[in-house]
Formats: sequence, C-alpha cells, structure tokens
Amino acid sequence: MDWDIVIGIETHVQLKTQTKIFSGASTSYGNEANSQACLVSLAYPGVLPVLNHEAVNCAIKFGLAVNAKINEKSIFARKNYFYPDLPKGYQISQFELPIVGEGKLSIPIGDGYKDVRILRAHLEEDAGKSSHGVLQGKTGIDLNRAGTPLLEIVTEPDMSSAAEAVAYAKKLHDLVQWIGICDGNMQEGSFRCDVNVSVKKKGTTTLGTRREIKNLNSFKFIKQAIDYEVNWQIETIEDGGKIQQSTILFNPESGETKAMRSKEEANDYRYFPDPDLLPLAITEQHIRNIKQTLPELPGEMQDRFEKDLGLSSYDASELTNNKDVADYFLSLIGQGISAKLSANWILVNLFSKLNDADIDIKESPINYEQLANLIAKIEDQTISNNAAKKIFESLWVNPLGKVDALIDAMGLKQISNDSEISGLIDNVLNDNTVMIEEYKSGKEKAFNALVGQVMKASKGKANPSQVNEMLKKKLSS
Amino acid sequence: MLNLSLKQLSQQLREKAFSSEELTRFFLDRIKKHNDRLNAFITINEEESLSMAKKADITIANGNQSLFTGIPIAQKDIFCAEGWRTTCGSKMLENFVAPYNATVIQNFNDAGAINLGKTNMDEFAMGSSNETSYFGAVKNPWNLEYVPGGSSGGSASAVAARLAPAATGTDTGGSIRQPASLCGFTGLKPTYGLVSRYGMIAFASSLDQAGPMAPSAEDCAMMLNVMASHDIKDSTSLPHPKEDYMTSLGDSIDGLRIGIPKEFFGEGLDSEVQKIIEDAILEYQKMGAEIVDISLPNSELAIPVYYVIAPAEASSNLSRYDGVRYGYRTKEYDDLMDMYFKTRQEGFGDEVKRRILIGTYVLSAGYYDAYYLKAQKIRQLISNDFAQAFQKCDVIMGPSAPSAAFKAGEKKEDPLAMYLQDIYTISTNLAGLPAMSIPAGFTKDLPVGLQLIGNYFSEGHLLNVAHQFQLSTEWHRKIPKEID
Repeated sequence: MDWDIVIGIETHVQLKTQTKIFSGASTSYGNEANSQACLVSLAYPGVLPVLNHEAVNCAIKFGLAVNAKINEKSIFARKNYFYPDLPKGYQISQFELPIVGEGKLSIPIGDGYKDVRILRAHLEEDAGKSSHGVLQGKTGIDLNRAGTPLLEIVTEPDMSSAAEAVAYAKKLHDLVQWIGICDGNMQEGSFRCDVNVSVKKKGTTTLGTRREIKNLNSFKFIKQAIDYEVNWQIETIEDGGKIQQSTILFNPESGETKAMRSKEEANDYRYFPDPDLLPLAITEQHIRNIKQTLPELPGEMQDRFEKDLGLSSYDASELTNNKDVADYFLSLIGQGISAKLSANWILVNLFSKLNDADIDIKESPINYEQLANLIAKIEDQTISNNAAKKIFESLWVNPLGKVDALIDAMGLKQISNDSEISGLIDNVLNDNTVMIEEYKSGKEKAFNALVGQVMKASKGKANPSQVNEMLKKKLSS
Repeated sequence: MLNLSLKQLSQQLREKAFSSEELTRFFLDRIKKHNDRLNAFITINEEESLSMAKKADITIANGNQSLFTGIPIAQKDIFCAEGWRTTCGSKMLENFVAPYNATVIQNFNDAGAINLGKTNMDEFAMGSSNETSYFGAVKNPWNLEYVPGGSSGGSASAVAARLAPAATGTDTGGSIRQPASLCGFTGLKPTYGLVSRYGMIAFASSLDQAGPMAPSAEDCAMMLNVMASHDIKDSTSLPHPKEDYMTSLGDSIDGLRIGIPKEFFGEGLDSEVQKIIEDAILEYQKMGAEIVDISLPNSELAIPVYYVIAPAEASSNLSRYDGVRYGYRTKEYDDLMDMYFKTRQEGFGDEVKRRILIGTYVLSAGYYDAYYLKAQKIRQLISNDFAQAFQKCDVIMGPSAPSAAFKAGEKKEDPLAMYLQDIYTISTNLAGLPAMSIPAGFTKDLPVGLQLIGNYFSEGHLLNVAHQFQLSTEWHRKIPKEID
C-alpha cells in the first residue's frame, strides 16, 4: 500500500536580544549557572514582567519577511504547569492572539519551489535548564536561560517528506539569520524544531493521527527522526495497530523515536491572559519603521540578481539562500569582478572546498578580497582559468599568500604577447607541414591538433584565444 | 504625639519639638506594650527603625527635610522591604527576607519616612477578618473579642490603636475599606494603576491596589502623595501626571451631586449601619450636597464574578511557591511530586488552598468559557454601570460593609458568609475605581464606615469630599478606650 506523509513543524527561534524578554538580565550563553538569574528570572515574590520591545521588533521583522499579517493587538497569556526549571509555575506565551498571523515561506524542492504556509508565530519566554547527575542525588537548576525570548513559528501540515521538512527548516534557519533576529546556533539551542508527523493512505483526505517529535536541533536529526517515525507509523498501521497522539523524543544514538507522554497524560495548561501585561498594541507606523530597518530580503535579492546582473535563476537562488553567501558575493562584485565569474567561483570552486572541509563561508580561509585579486587576474588575462584554480588551491592552504607572487613562483603567467605567441606558432607550423595540408584540405581536427601543439610548446601558458585567433590568420594567409 | 496628624507631626519635627528618634521610639514602645494583645505586627526591627530615624534627624538638622522626613509608617507585610522579613501572612514565607524594595517602600524611603514594622494580614491577603494569618488572628482595638476586618487587619488595628500614625494597606476586594470601617479610621483604595504593584506580593493582579490607612482624609492625602507614582517596573502602572492631593482639600462641596445606589441599601444591610449611613448623607446635604438616586443593576453579580476572577489569578500567582528556590520546603519527600504536594499542603492555609482550587477549576479546559470568560464579560457590565452612574453624580455613597465588626470565630467556618463582607466594596475593584471608607458613627460601641466611590483618578476630589465631612464631624478622632 502507498502512503502519504504529512508533516508540520513548530520551530523555537531564540531571538537575538541583549536582555531577556521580561527583564533586564543578560541572554548570553555559557556563563556560570544562575549568574544571569535576576529576581524576575527567579520569580521572587512581588516582581513583575516588563516587555522588552526589541523582542517585539524581531517578531515584526519575521512577520514582514514571510508576508504575514502583523496583528494590531496581541495578548500575552500564562501557560500554567509545574516544573522546577519553570520558576513562576507558568510560562508567559501567546495563545489566542499571537503577534504574527498567517504567512508563507517558499522552499526549494528539486528544480522548483513550494510554498509552506505559516499558520502563526508568537512570542514567549524560554524555561531554565534542569541538570541531572551534576549534583549527587539531586537535580540542579540553572535559570540563566529562563526568560530568554523565543519566537515560536508554526506551519500548516504542508510538507510531505523528510527532504521537504529539512528544506523548510534550512530555509527558515537561513531567513531568521538573514533578517538578523537569531544567531542560528543550533548546538546552543538557538533554533529547535518540534516536528509533527502523520501518515495517511495515498489519495485520502482525512489526516492520520500525529505524533510530535520534540526538540530536534540539527537538520540531520530532523531527517533521521522523520524517516524512522514514518516507517514506524506505517508498520504499526499495516500490522493492524493504531497511532496514539503523543509527544515523542528522538534518540540520536539509536536513531529511534520513543513516546514521552500520551495525550491522556497531557497537562491542562489553563491558559488565560496575563494580568501583569497590557495587550500588545502595534501601530501601522511602527510596522513601517521596522520595515525600513529590514535588509533586502532573499526573494527580492534573487530577482535583482536575475534581472540586473543577468544571473541564471539557479545561480541567483543559490547565492541568496544564505546571508553570508550573498554578502560574500556582493563583496566580490563590489571589487569590480563580473557577476557571472563571481557566481561561478563561489558556487563551484569555493563551495566544493567548503563542503569538503565542512565549514561555513564565514570561516572560509580565502576571503573575498583574495578571491577578487585572483579572479581579476583571469579577467585581465594574466592567467588562465586553469592556472587560477591551481593558485586557489595554494591559497586555501596558505591564505596569506600573495596572488602576484604565486603566479610568478608557480610560473603560471599567461603568454599574451603577440610576437611571442607568433614565434611559437611559426615553430609549430614549421614542424607540422603535414597537418597544415590536412587542415587546408578541410580537416577541422587538424586545427585543434595544431592549437594543442602551440599550447604544449608554451607549457600551457599561452592565451588560448589569442593562439586560436593568430593561428587562423596565419593558416589563411 | 499620639493624636497629632501627619501634617502636625511633620511640622513639629521640623520645629524640633521632638526628634524622629523620639517619635519612632514612642510608637515602638506603644507597639511593645500593646502588640501582645492586638497582634497587629508580624515583624518589628527596632534597630533598623531607629537607625532610619537617626538618619532622618540628621536630614532635619541640615534643613533638607521633606514633608515625610522622620515620620514612622507601619507597612503591611505584603510589601517587600529590603533586609526585612516579608511573610505575606503565610508559613510559606515565614523566613523569607526580601532582597529588594517594593516601589511603595522605596517611595517612603526616598521621602524620608521610617519603616515602623510589618503589619499582620490575612494569608496572601485572602480574608475579611484577619483570621487566616499564619501568625495568628488580629484583634479589633475597639473590642478585643471582635475582628478588625481584613485583609489589612494588622494595619487597621495598628492605626485604630495608634500604634502607628498611619499605615499602608492593599485592597483587592475591600481589604483597605472594610477594616477601615470596622476599626473606625480613613482608608483609600486608589484607581487601579495609580500606585505601583512592583514588590507588592500578588494576590489577584488585575484587582490588587495599594493605598493609605490613617485617621483622617488629610493624612491619607499626604500618604498618597508619596505612594502614587508612575513606575516602569509595573506594566499596569498608569502614566498619570503627579498630583498634590493636599491642594484640593479646601474646595467647597456646595452643589456636590451624591449618587445613592439603591442596590447598596437592600437585604443584608444591618439596620443600625443603614441609619448611620443615612445620617452621614444628611450631614452632606447640610453642607450643600444634592442627592441623586442611581442604580448599579449588576451589583449582585460582583461577588460571584470576583470569586471567579480573583481565585483564577491567585491560583497562577501562587504557583511560584513550590519549595524550589525560596520559602518553605517540606522536610522529607520521596520525589519531585511528593515535594510539591507536601510543600504546598503544609505551607498554605485552608483559605489559600480553597481559592487555589477554585481558581484552578475555573481555568480548566472545558470550564474556562463558562466561568472565567463569562466573569470577564460581566466585569465589563459592572464597569459600564458605574460609567452611567457618573453621568448623573460626582460621587457615590453607601456603606463600606454590611455590618460593624463581628466576633472572632463567628464566620471563620462559613466562607460564603465571610465573602459577603465585601459585598459593597468588590464592584469598585472590578471596575478599577477609587473608593474610600471614612468613620461615620458607632453601633454598640463599634465603628461604622461610610463608603465614597469616585470616578477614575478623582482621588483629589474624593479626599476633599471626605475631608469636608471630617471638618464638621469628630468620628475620625475617636480612640478606643481599651488602649491608652
């Protein structure tokens, strides 16, 4: 039997603000436990939350970036449950009226695109961390993270494979960094996904019962978890079993998913509007002001690259997936390098090295200035494309090398001097009278062989287009 | 020193008739003498109070004093005061020493006032008789067998017995006005948002409001000048411009339109209390006021609405007392759940548990719409009633409480009868309006208060209406004989 896979994703994006969402405590990561737990983080008697408007601005930016409705009025609500790392006994979140309404995000699928609908995005505070096993026989509580601002972004169940889910997560991960609202650090938990998975018989419209895989913090885990979960659900149903709605955890070591709690045991969160906070009102004018601060969005930039720079749709899209890549590209053409050559070098040569080394473009040993120096030498015909690749390899290992010095040292300077090339051609023609005859009798192959001889005589350094041109002239004279 | 108003105390301190240290010591001695019987204070810190007084004396000697410099004020134990034990009347916070100042406390410190001690109260401000305090019941100085009212019963008993020249209170459903009525002095619950809630331990956030408790309206005006402030640390604090509530105290009330809501004079009102209130209104008519009959048709819904909204908010506000970070934690437990259960079972008293249960219930899935949401809608209707009434009158008058003080233990086991104590006060909390209780007479040697309700931010006007009454009556000057 064939099955449809239905996936929706809720992503917790940690917002890049200096201070917490309802207090002045710092949000920085990795400090001594509880060193950033102020009285509000500790939920002392009598303290009150005060909204950090930077977090609100981040949410507005996101709403604008996915073409969503920004709600004029939204409400902070309390989500009540007991847990030692939840100091107030409730989390301040948004429930009925979130700040960001419906929008969409376009993700690359195969050769085309697919829109994933965003249902909503709401502001909330993070909880602290419980650490088991650090203190003997006790649980340690670190409230440094308690109160860190999060934007929870919820999609419709629009993805139908692990690949689409990963494409969405990557696109979202790129976007939130692009607009500067998240540092994107998945290891530190700045970007975590809860993935809802269900299966249904192919072609049917009724959705199956979903299970929610919690807290996936890498794209690899998202893929592994979905693959495992989908197989498990299909096998369960085919064996005559039923899927129970439940929350599950993915174990990266075993590669398996496992139920945490079923719906019957689920908390009744007793949501109600937080009486300590006024409804959040956002004016049209404020949205316009925030829009002014937004950088050019990836979609807009892609269009511009196609229209103004003449790049292919594929190249323009690849260059605008990620802000750092786009910035690198823009810096390169800012040095006067042609757009097409810049795109080629980044997407082919640089990407291949980055992939091999498994690093980001930000960590590339070859910065845009070096690469510009190198490509400029191709453009002014000092070196050939092949020669440039050799120098690129050398620079990758020794980033401080000077392009000019390397050209000299490696003897890669291209021969573009007319009389020098003319001399080389004359020598080759003198030694290959048979080929000249063949050429003149109409054998095109003979011409290519002659070019090859000239290039060989120059040890590959002669400018091939010049060789072509001059050889043709000499043979026809 | 015993019978001087705050203004007179300020004047005499300035003229060095006595020092702040002498004044503070005078009241500390009174507390020592009478607190065993009244149980008005939970914590006194003689050393700290006197140290504050000595500093005030230096300020006065240097001529840098303000109106409040050197005046001792009793603080309800709901306000966090840095370095002071702050219990909120609960075992849960029996040993909790606040690491910071509530804005109200900070404002008094900045004004140079002396913290005279922390007053007893119903546990987490839940109660109308001050019998729910973990630190024992408070007695009414007019008759020690009677309750002082609640939840600000310690402040009430202290002010009535002149163990302090004035005190702070908080009022969520009547907790300033009802005890002011039962103990015979002046109390004001300001407009919601006028006084910062920062550092005031939350009971029901959308209703809680701090206010002054003192013998006279003039004293209350002087207190409110210090207490009212826009505070960015409280998002519900309103950006109302700073006012001087003393300046309007001389205004004439000729032509004042007094609204009398018929719903405040129905079944359940003690007939002698009714007579006292009617006499007080007659007194106003003699001063040139007009009477307007008004109706607040949704009044009867105020108590049921309040007992949905206040417990709902409380059930959530009190979740933080879980034994994890501060406060009481049970001694022995098997696991986390066991620790939670035992800590909260042992740390909270019955009334607090009752309200947590009610609040948890009304917010539960499936009940939220029928209770919480409906209550919020009716709350709006109650506000609308007042808005309509204030088109016809300038101030609304009626009783503060349905009867004079009742005997200790009389209603302790009957929560519903206890809840009716606030029948006339609760609707103003729901609407966020300012309201006062002023002494208006006695029945069987127990005081009775007249309630005055004003429109939003009309505290200046309201205080003057009360002040005019006190210029022509002596009720607020009476002191219980049992206490000398």
